[in-house]
Amino acid sequence: MSTVQDIAARVLERVADKNPAADAAVTVSRESSALTRFAESFIHQNVADECYRVVLQVHVDGRTAAASTNRTTPDAVSALVASALAAAALTQEDAGWAGLSPRQDVHTTGNWDEATAAAAPDARARAVRSFVDAAAGLACAGYCQTKSVEAAFANSAGQAVSARSTQASMDAIARTGGSDGAARTAAIALSDVDGAELGAAAAAKALAGREQFGLEPGRYEVVLEPGAVSDLVSGLLWQGLNGKAVVEGRSFARLGEQQFDPAVSLWDDSTDEHATGLPFDAEGTPKRRLELVTAGLTAGIPHDRRTAAAGGSETTGHAVEGGDRMGALPTDVRLGPGATDDLIADVERGLLISDFWYTRALDPKTLIYTGLTRNGVWLIEDGRLGSAVSTLRFTQSYVDALAPGAVLGVSRSMQSSPRAIAPMAGGSSSLLVPSLRLASWNITGGAAG
Amino acid sequence: MFEAATRAVEAALGAGARYADARVMHSRYESMTAQNGQVEDLTQRDTVGIGVRALVGSSWGFFAVPDLDAAAARRAGETAAEIARASALVPGADLELVSTEVRKDSWASACDEDPLSVSMSDKGDLLVGVTATMRQAGVPLASALYQIWDTEKWFVSSEGHRIDQRIRECGAGMHCMTYGEGSTQRRSYPSFRGQYGTAGWELVRSIDLPAHAERIAAEATELLTAPLCPPGTTDVILGGEQMSLQIHESVGHAVELDRILGWEAGYAGTSWLDLSKLGRLRYGSDLMTVTADPTLPGALGSFGYDDEGTPAAANDIVRDGIWVGVLAGRDSASIAGLDYAGAVRADGYARIPMVRMTNVGLLPGPDTLESMIAATDDGIFMEHNRSWSIDDKRRNFQFGCEIGWEIKGGTRGRLLRNPTYTGIGPDFWASMDMLAGESERRFWGTPNCGKGQPGQTGHTGHPAMPARFRNVRVGVRA
Repeated sequence: MSTVQDIAARVLERVADKNPAADAAVTVSRESSALTRFAESFIHQNVADECYRVVLQVHVDGRTAAASTNRTTPDAVSALVASALAAAALTQEDAGWAGLSPRQDVHTTGNWDEATAAAAPDARARAVRSFVDAAAGLACAGYCQTKSVEAAFANSAGQAVSARSTQASMDAIARTGGSDGAARTAAIALSDVDGAELGAAAAAKALAGREQFGLEPGRYEVVLEPGAVSDLVSGLLWQGLNGKAVVEGRSFARLGEQQFDPAVSLWDDSTDEHATGLPFDAEGTPKRRLELVTAGLTAGIPHDRRTAAAGGSETTGHAVEGGDRMGALPTDVRLGPGATDDLIADVERGLLISDFWYTRALDPKTLIYTGLTRNGVWLIEDGRLGSAVSTLRFTQSYVDALAPGAVLGVSRSMQSSPRAIAPMAGGSSSLLVPSLRLASWNITGGAAG
Repeated sequence: MFEAATRAVEAALGAGARYADARVMHSRYESMTAQNGQVEDLTQRDTVGIGVRALVGSSWGFFAVPDLDAAAARRAGETAAEIARASALVPGADLELVSTEVRKDSWASACDEDPLSVSMSDKGDLLVGVTATMRQAGVPLASALYQIWDTEKWFVSSEGHRIDQRIRECGAGMHCMTYGEGSTQRRSYPSFRGQYGTAGWELVRSIDLPAHAERIAAEATELLTAPLCPPGTTDVILGGEQMSLQIHESVGHAVELDRILGWEAGYAGTSWLDLSKLGRLRYGSDLMTVTADPTLPGALGSFGYDDEGTPAAANDIVRDGIWVGVLAGRDSASIAGLDYAGAVRADGYARIPMVRMTNVGLLPGPDTLESMIAATDDGIFMEHNRSWSIDDKRRNFQFGCEIGWEIKGGTRGRLLRNPTYTGIGPDFWASMDMLAGESERRFWGTPNCGKGQPGQTGHTGHPAMPARFRNVRVGVRA
């Protein structure tokens, strides 16, 4: 079997044969993904696939085109190269071309667990069995997933890097019939995914969420659990802390300004021990830790080469496949922890919210989102958790929610979320966030209207 | 291609499956985006592979590989059966698939002008031209795109199916943005992501992007200084494009049988519908008749056979306001005690087929947009979806549109910015008292319907036309 590095080299050779003047960049990944899905406490979908992805970009006579295939045979490579070169000859000039990445070494070769890469379907099914058995007889639904990726990048400017990563995750709910409770985790190794622990936690949340009552719309102090915080962070990244959004003038971000509460620090680091993203981006640029928000100060914007050139800065190594449309996105994001795990004790009257659901930006610049709660809301009164509350709709600016003075607490403990931040070619992503206590959240309706 | 699929099915049966099917798929995709008078992105994707489904006892397994040689096909079948056996560690109830006619057939969607054969420079000129026009009209950001899919499938089942299909789809669209103090406005045509169908490039020519570029740029600019949609309760008229979104989110997903059975509870969600009320639950007003019809020529959710080999056929979903049907697959229908399937598709060889919308849409009513406006004393006409959010049971929704017009005394008046409306599905549909007719019906195409884990992107169609709803809550904001 050819290595991903060999295939990348073959693609570049083929491009050079056909057009020695062409700039070329290729990413080759070999991916294996398996996902065991369950509902009503039985496995109803259990899937796996193995694939290659070969993504080639060429730049010829000022014109750029990309093509991809999942085949690696000599004929398929020839067809890929021919297709990309033919398209480049026919398309319009690319005024935003920012050149190829220069030769640079990666700072890590990725986090890899051999047992996870080789995990058999029985291993995932046993994790599901453990979740269901620990869930106190409640109906359960969710998934257990393992995946691995080996990837190589090479370009005609001499850059050649490779890395590999694994990820295991479980995200599931237990259901009473009137309430759901969720539990989730993501890790590098399947051995760190404890189905029984998650099943018990989900069941406890579901049972605590029974007998819900409706709540009047209005502004409430809130404690957001990591599931809800993940959504908040993703919203900031997609719409605002994104080089393309900044260059196009539709981002809230203003570098160097105190746009967030001093309790907020946010960074991306694909080189740390929890990272499941690859340590280089889709343009082959090695990744380094990037400070996005430091003690509330907007400190950095993820850029790829194109957005960096347009914005007069340097790439930060955050190019993703499809980035011409989506912009530059981080893959291993961490929201810094606080010093306590009791965020409820000082809340006079507020809400504890587990997850947000179906959140959509109403305005990209102010980051006003609407969405709903999911998997549990509870009233907090006089520092104590009270009755469960039925599903709520909110309409709230994510930037305002984290503004100076708005963050009243950050938990010490963090949760690793399986949520995907960026649909990066050949890679995973990781998101580590704490719980947050926020001064105000705008509830605009309930399940009844 | 049939040979590989047959080998895979035989291997799955040999490894213990009591039923197996296999799909070989060759998918070609091309897209281009332009921004502010320049091509921004040109993507071409070509994938081939085989996906095999095996049923062992009551448990499924699915495995996919990109190789089609004999050894790879056999391994795919055997592995699918192995995965199914692992599923049996957490088994479900006994399962018999509902029967479907076993056919050997070929089917292809109609296509007058092969979109992949149209000159790339011509396609680029179109996008570059309309974005330049919008930019010259004063907007800071103008974008346009087209997308083309050309998919060939070869399906074989252990029951004897042997079906090949070729489905060509394409479409295009454009939008522009304007930025004001604390506000961003957007206008698009024909919709934000474009209009799509099972058709050739003739579809793109028919929507005539250049004819609308200056207009939407002017509207996006005018919206910056338009008054906000006032909060309150009023009558709302929705344009056809927004109606397609309304149908998709609050009817189409709600009637997916896998959601109703709880199979999507962990992710996409469930449904407010209770199967015990099928045939008697009131979903909306008497004007509301919704069908799921994959036989509509040119609509994006059309096919000859679904990915279980069930022939395309129309089903009533809501008839005269009463819920009468669902979107189902052979396994989910069996468990629900129903006798029809036909709505199962996968977005590629590497994904398991699952319940997806086909063409879910309204049958025409007796009215026109003009007559609705004339009959409305105080209301808002909203058009072109900008945001959408709906709960996990598909009841509570809040949708935003790009543009609104105030209606006073039966006349369309000033523009309103940031129009939003919110409601509860069955109450909202019960308030529909006017519905436009055949002349205003369009088969809107949605090429980005997300569902499943791993995620799949479905292509769905939505016959829709303008409609009026009474006493709707509007103007919710932060």
